[in-house]
Amino acid sequence: MSLTPDQLQRIALLARIDVSAEEAQGVAERLNRVLGMIDQLQSVDTQGIEPMSHALDVVQRLRPDAVTESDRRDDYQKGAPAVEQGLYLVPKVIE
Amino acid sequence: MLNSTLSELSAALAAKKVSSVELTRLFLDRIKGLNGRLNAFITVDEEHSVAQARVADQRRFRDQAGPLTGIPIAHKDIFCTRGLRTTCGSRMLAGYTSPYDAHVIERFAAAGAVQLGKTNMDEFAMGSSNETSHFGPVRNPWDTTRVPGGSSGGSATAVAARMAPAATGTDTGGSIRQPAALTGICGLKPTYGLVSRYGMIAFASSLDQGGPLAKSAADLALLMNAMAGFDARDSTSVERPAEDYARELNMNLTGLRIGLPKEFFAEGVDPEVLARVREAIRWFESQGAKTVEITLPNTGLALPVYYVIAPAEASSNLSRFDGVRYGHRAKDYTDLNSMYRRTRAEGFGAEVKRRILIGTYVLSHGYYDAYYLKAQKVRRLIARDFADAYARCDLILGPTSPSTAFPLGAKSDDPVQMYLNDIFTIPAPLAGLPGLSIPCGFDSKGLPVGLQIMGNYFAEAKMLGAAHRYQQATDWHLRVPRETAL
Repeated sequence: MSLTPDQLQRIALLARIDVSAEEAQGVAERLNRVLGMIDQLQSVDTQGIEPMSHALDVVQRLRPDAVTESDRRDDYQKGAPAVEQGLYLVPKVIE
Repeated sequence: MLNSTLSELSAALAAKKVSSVELTRLFLDRIKGLNGRLNAFITVDEEHSVAQARVADQRRFRDQAGPLTGIPIAHKDIFCTRGLRTTCGSRMLAGYTSPYDAHVIERFAAAGAVQLGKTNMDEFAMGSSNETSHFGPVRNPWDTTRVPGGSSGGSATAVAARMAPAATGTDTGGSIRQPAALTGICGLKPTYGLVSRYGMIAFASSLDQGGPLAKSAADLALLMNAMAGFDARDSTSVERPAEDYARELNMNLTGLRIGLPKEFFAEGVDPEVLARVREAIRWFESQGAKTVEITLPNTGLALPVYYVIAPAEASSNLSRFDGVRYGHRAKDYTDLNSMYRRTRAEGFGAEVKRRILIGTYVLSHGYYDAYYLKAQKVRRLIARDFADAYARCDLILGPTSPSTAFPLGAKSDDPVQMYLNDIFTIPAPLAGLPGLSIPCGFDSKGLPVGLQIMGNYFAEAKMLGAAHRYQQATDWHLRVPRETAL
């Protein structure tokens, strides 16, 4: 499996990472080396094998639906690039 | 004092031969003298450390000291520390200070340990050489033209160069054990779920596990007693009674069944590494242990499985770095989407981007079954290999890394060559199993060789016990690199 330039740009868009035209070829080349290594998996017979999604077979713990945390909004927003009146600022989304 | 084990330091503090402030200053001075050359620490705040040491001394004065009270410990910069910046080795978080402490940090604070600083690491723990750090590579104290391994390379170098008596690290595919091996120290990757991931910046959540790095197995046991424990804030934290990881340090090796997987002693491994590992195995035999030849037939598939699963999980975990709530935000953008894309293009380094792109690809529509689901199935085959093996043996021994430390820049251009460093450390975390690396000698260049000791789920005490017995008979773990002589 080898990525075409169009495929690379599509993935980069999905990942929200700009890949410039100059870097695209180098990025694709290295990704293709990794994908070539990963392709070994295709030859393995996995018929009837349950996928293993987690390291240990444990069940999800539940907790009572109760408030346990205090409000530390100001602390949490201290590291944000742009906030105003307790709100995170982002570029305009809807005109 | 710089070369003392934790129990020796603990005894010296208890006997009032030294105060925590003095001990902390001793290591801070050592860091000051060496960090310019080795780059093991990203952040050191002397006032912060000394203030904590003062509190520890007061605690001792009030007779409320435990074994780690007053002992300075370095933390991998992946653990969030309130009031001390946490970068994860990335430009994305270069100016980030966490509003809370990781569970591991809380546990060490409760034990009275002193934070000695934050250690350098591969960016977001993605790397095997510490060269992907935004803050520059860490250098191996045994040969400063060589890498210390990664991703916990700063922690490993800090301990190896005696800039810290012990350090924390994290291991996803070998990030504790491989740098421990390449710098001649000890490192333990515990069973998945033993050490809380709360406040440990996520890379691949089904694999990430925190653990200790130190000079000796006995020190690792002491550190594990502080680090491990149930935490409701990590949904995968295992709930089991507290255990003493030092309880088997004096174990009897007679009759211990040691499995030797033939795949770990194959072509492609540096013959000098194999020779040192075989010598260590012979020592265990001389103590009455029995070796059993075993097979882990899917070892060769661990690498491709890992490079599907870890990037897939990383692409999801790292989506939180969007320039909105914390971290870097690009200056120039036109709309929300371009703000995201530029922020992430600027904030992440090449290897992190590569893994996010791979992860995005293998999870994308049309490829999910062929890659991600397939990898999860082969992951189960790998876990079954271990289950079969542990029916026949108590511990599995082999090399930690196929080679000793390699020169800086030697593998940074080819990701697959770099990934091959982890072929022997990746299988255990895929199965959720623990692994330990201890030094077992040197190659002809004077570079340390690591012996890997793997065990079944929750077998840490036994693994540490076997390692401790070996360290009572050898002194590899007490050797100090000549370049950083005491």
